[in-house]
Amino acid sequence: MRKLLFAVSTALAVGLVAPVTATASSPQQDLEEFRAYFYNKFPNVPKNDFINGVYSIDKDSRVQWENMEEFPVYEDSVAKGEELFNTPFANGKTYADCLKGGGIGTRQMYPYFDSDTGSIVTLEESINKCRTDNGEKPLKYKKGPIAEISAYIAFTSRGNKFNIKIPDDERALAQYEQGKKQYYMKRGQLNLSCADCHYTNSGSQARSEILSPSLGHVTGFPVFRHQKWGELGTLHRRLGGCNANIRAKPFKAQGDEYKALEYFLSYMSNGLEVNGPSSRK
Amino acid sequence: MNIRLISSAASVVALLGVFASPVVFSASHGDMLAEGQRLAFDRKLGNCLTCHMIAGGDSAGNLGPPLIAMKARFPDKKVLRAQIWDSNVKNPASAMPPFGRHNILTEKQIDLVTDYIHSL
Ligand code: HEC
Ligand code: HEC
Repeated sequence: MRKLLFAVSTALAVGLVAPVTATASSPQQDLEEFRAYFYNKFPNVPKNDFINGVYSIDKDSRVQWENMEEFPVYEDSVAKGEELFNTPFANGKTYADCLKGGGIGTRQMYPYFDSDTGSIVTLEESINKCRTDNGEKPLKYKKGPIAEISAYIAFTSRGNKFNIKIPDDERALAQYEQGKKQYYMKRGQLNLSCADCHYTNSGSQARSEILSPSLGHVTGFPVFRHQKWGELGTLHRRLGGCNANIRAKPFKAQGDEYKALEYFLSYMSNGLEVNGPSSRK
Repeated sequence: MNIRLISSAASVVALLGVFASPVVFSASHGDMLAEGQRLAFDRKLGNCLTCHMIAGGDSAGNLGPPLIAMKARFPDKKVLRAQIWDSNVKNPASAMPPFGRHNILTEKQIDLVTDYIHSL
């Protein structure tokens, strides 16, 4: 009996540690395992509903949130984003001229791997590249105009399915692996990983906060957080917040670390619909 | 800079003085437990309530098991202290912060928290 218990607990421990060290699995295998874990953990959640973050798994806050979404607070921001998107730069060019596919309806392809430069390109970075290529100053990455433009592009992409590609290129795979490592690695004085809170313990409560599943984590960004921000913020702003909470030094918004992490997280949401921007309590 | 150093050295001495003074030795067992509870509940210190239900604590989370009947589960107080000092020894994947190993709490604070938790 004792032996049996011991064997079971070792198996459990190995199971928990496995995703950290398993590098042999392909992104496609990772994705299947990742989804299956959440489908299995939350069997009553319709598969596309994971795009709604914590509201996909918590009935009580779901009702309040649905009321919130009826008169979306981010409406003004989307309108501002549209205006910014359509306002020509000093040289007469617009975002539509320089963003891939004209920008509209393209949220689902970000971030992508650029085989010319070997780097990951996010939507916010593309917006700024558009600006600097046309002689404008770059925008700050966490909030304000960049979040508004990003919100507008997300809004025009609603319903499109995330389709992140990891081409058969060592450099792309290396960044995917880097993002995956970030996700499973314990960090900070409190020694927690993203996976500790949003995978293994998703659905549990930290104080009164129910921890959202990582499946669908990126689909609703940028988000308008009522209590904490009172405004719209980008995904990288949110990642910085989660890192600060565990007393880890946040990485730079749009730095290599969060770009790789976004690549991993977005790939894990492949097949789910874009529903940004969204409101959060 | 120097002044800071001196004054922090002075406060360490003062603190040591307090701990060594008869006031603390005569502090009741109850006061010590109350201090342990304060450390365990404080959001900037133990913040155990983030993850554990503890009698008398508000808005507790449930990442970890409720902390009840601790003497039955931890007849040896040293084992309890070890769990709080570094949960990763027993379970490398534990989501519980290693309060001692990562200097989240001081050794003295861990003693106080251990005594309090053991009393539950
Ligand atoms: C100590 C626990 C904890 C850790 C560690 C943590 N988070 Fe969070 N995270 C939260 C809480 C609490 C929230 C707010 C409630 C929710 O949506 O889950 C949140 C929210 C989020 C959101 C917003 C979800 C939404 O729908 O608005 C994202 C994205 C996110 N976390 C990603 C991460 C990533 C990536 C990491 C690692 C870099 C991480 N978190 C680490 C606790 C944590
Ligand atoms: C971020 C989450 C978190 C925090 C904060 C936390 N714990 Fe834990 N604790 C856990 C988890 C998860 C377990 C389950 C065993 C494991 O994985 O280590 C646990 C297990 C325990 C156990 C062992 C219980 C048993 O029956 O085996 C004790 C005792 C304990 N915690 C005490 C504390 C004390 C005291 C504090 C605060 C000083 C604290 N914990 C803070 C998550 C946490």
